[in-house]
Amino acid sequence: MNDNQKNASAYWKENVKYLFILLAIWFVVSFGCGILFREELNQFKLGGFKLGFWFAQQGSIYVFVILIFVYVRLMNKLDKKYGYDE
Amino acid sequence: MSVQFWTWLLVGITFALYFGIAIWARAGSTKEFYVAGGGVSPLANGMATAADWMSAASFISMAGIISFAGYDGSVYLMGWTGGYVLLALLLAPYLRKFGKFTVPDFIGDRYYSNTARTVAVMCALIVSFTYVAGQMRGVGIVFSQFLQIDITYGVLIGMTVVLVFALLGGMKGITYTQVAQYCVLIFAFMVPAFFISFQMTGNIIPQIGMGGKVEGGAFLLDKLDTLHTELGFNEYTSGTKSTWDVFAITLALMAGTAGLPHVIVRFFTVPKVKDARKSAGYALFLIAILYTTAPAIAVFSRTNLIETVSNQRYDEIPVWFKNWENTGLIAWSDKNGDGKIQYVAGNSLSGSKPIYDDARGEHGERIVTNNSDEVNELYVDRDIMVLANPEIANLPNWVIGLVAAGGLAAALSTAAGLLLVISTSVSHDLIKKQLRPNISDKGELLAARVSIFVAIVIAGYFGVNPPGFVAAVVALAFGLAAASFFPAIILGIFDKRMNKEGAIAGMIVGMSLMLYYMMRFKLDMFGGGTSEDWWFGTSPEGFGTIAMCVNFVISIVISRVSVAPPQEVQDMVESIRIPSGAGEAQDH
Repeated sequence: MNDNQKNASAYWKENVKYLFILLAIWFVVSFGCGILFREELNQFKLGGFKLGFWFAQQGSIYVFVILIFVYVRLMNKLDKKYGYDE
Repeated sequence: MSVQFWTWLLVGITFALYFGIAIWARAGSTKEFYVAGGGVSPLANGMATAADWMSAASFISMAGIISFAGYDGSVYLMGWTGGYVLLALLLAPYLRKFGKFTVPDFIGDRYYSNTARTVAVMCALIVSFTYVAGQMRGVGIVFSQFLQIDITYGVLIGMTVVLVFALLGGMKGITYTQVAQYCVLIFAFMVPAFFISFQMTGNIIPQIGMGGKVEGGAFLLDKLDTLHTELGFNEYTSGTKSTWDVFAITLALMAGTAGLPHVIVRFFTVPKVKDARKSAGYALFLIAILYTTAPAIAVFSRTNLIETVSNQRYDEIPVWFKNWENTGLIAWSDKNGDGKIQYVAGNSLSGSKPIYDDARGEHGERIVTNNSDEVNELYVDRDIMVLANPEIANLPNWVIGLVAAGGLAAALSTAAGLLLVISTSVSHDLIKKQLRPNISDKGELLAARVSIFVAIVIAGYFGVNPPGFVAAVVALAFGLAAASFFPAIILGIFDKRMNKEGAIAGMIVGMSLMLYYMMRFKLDMFGGGTSEDWWFGTSPEGFGTIAMCVNFVISIVISRVSVAPPQEVQDMVESIRIPSGAGEAQDH
């Protein structure tokens, strides 16, 4: 394996690690808080919202938007670190 | 000034704008036609994607569906936004690096097989056609509602408009008209929402107003829950679907969103991989503005509706009620003869739409001939929640005209995006890649334009004569996309060992399984069945999740027992994983 390929596979590994973390958050806020554990969360209130209901109708969407922008930042940094920046 | 005047004026101005842009952004080459020349900025692309994505259904129907479904409506909110996370993280950057025009192109090259390409083209056509027919119908309905013309003429006007900007501009024209359409539709959606939120809760931001307090100091959502329980409905914030079904539908909608060809192609139009990631972010942000407002509108209009009509005398009802009764979207029958509107749980009709008699009843109401035996006296069409909302809340006439212009922008932008995918699939993936490989650039452009024309005529035909299955099938287009494309693309990027045998088998089995389930439980073929017969308690809307899992398993198992893909394909996979050197979207 030459240096180029090593660089590429190290880059890919870090990329996949980020994906796992971000998708785990994606899963927890939507399928977790909004669906599977909503009954439990509904005992708590956020203003006039039951918390589980809030995650299902508002909260998870806000988190989704943030997730993509975090991903953009992380990847831009990663591109620079491995010299793939354009 | 009258509603009619404002509607004609606002629709006229916005249409003139779209035409102007289409003429300004004429496409000269196939590259401009397919991917807008590859030079669209991430923000513009984000806006175009958002407009492309938000159809007549999102604009007109979604808030209404949520309004009646309460918590169950969350599947659409989470499903249609969460899919963008998958798209941004798992698909868009790599497909942009791959750098060709279409999804079937990616599938055909990645799986080194024209069979795979053809299967992908078939999937793209089925998904796009089912979806576009619904849009044309939406255009017809909005026109007929607001301009008081026949639905047929509404569809014809819509066809002509889409045809002009699609034929002239291709992807380039469509991209920039969609930018304008996004601005129109989001403005039109937000203005009434601000007004109503302020009226009901004193907070102008609907997202916050939804959780706010109403006069008297109770929280709006608690009040709505109480109203619902009193009238015999399920609590608004709890819903009726099983947890598993909510889970399955949400996942199917997410994966389907990420697999829809007309959304994916948008990421081929930006200059760099970096821009593809960023524009997915912009797109979701812009979509989220509407998607977080919709549940608020749902709550406001539901509360408003119940308070205005429940137990009120029909003689004293506000005039909007009678207006919409005239268009057939509201129906009341005085079953117990007390002259009051009794709105409780249960279907007021037998059948899904009211059938009217020409005569008028004792109070001047339209007589309905298909009443059910249940106590409920009121039928309310869901689409009314957005369309009539400004009237219910007594907003000025220009706001009502604005909603019409917004609904048209939403329907037309989506129809245009879909028609482009259909024409590209035919001219590029079928003709250029398979039937006539040495066709010239000019010939291919001509073929693309001819196929757009044919596609519009077919879509228009279904818009005028909607076959019963269209409505059922539109909702399931997502399941089809999830069951067919999504695994093939994901595995193509993340699993180097995935080969053509696995991918083709997976796509065919996933698609057939989904089609079978859909035909059986939605169209009553193969013996039909009720919700008792659903597999693992999964509704047809959620079945895409199961078909997708089957696709994944079959693809992986078959690929492991057959030969590895050739070295150059493995090299290609390595190369799309690296963002640099994407260059322009190449010709061939």
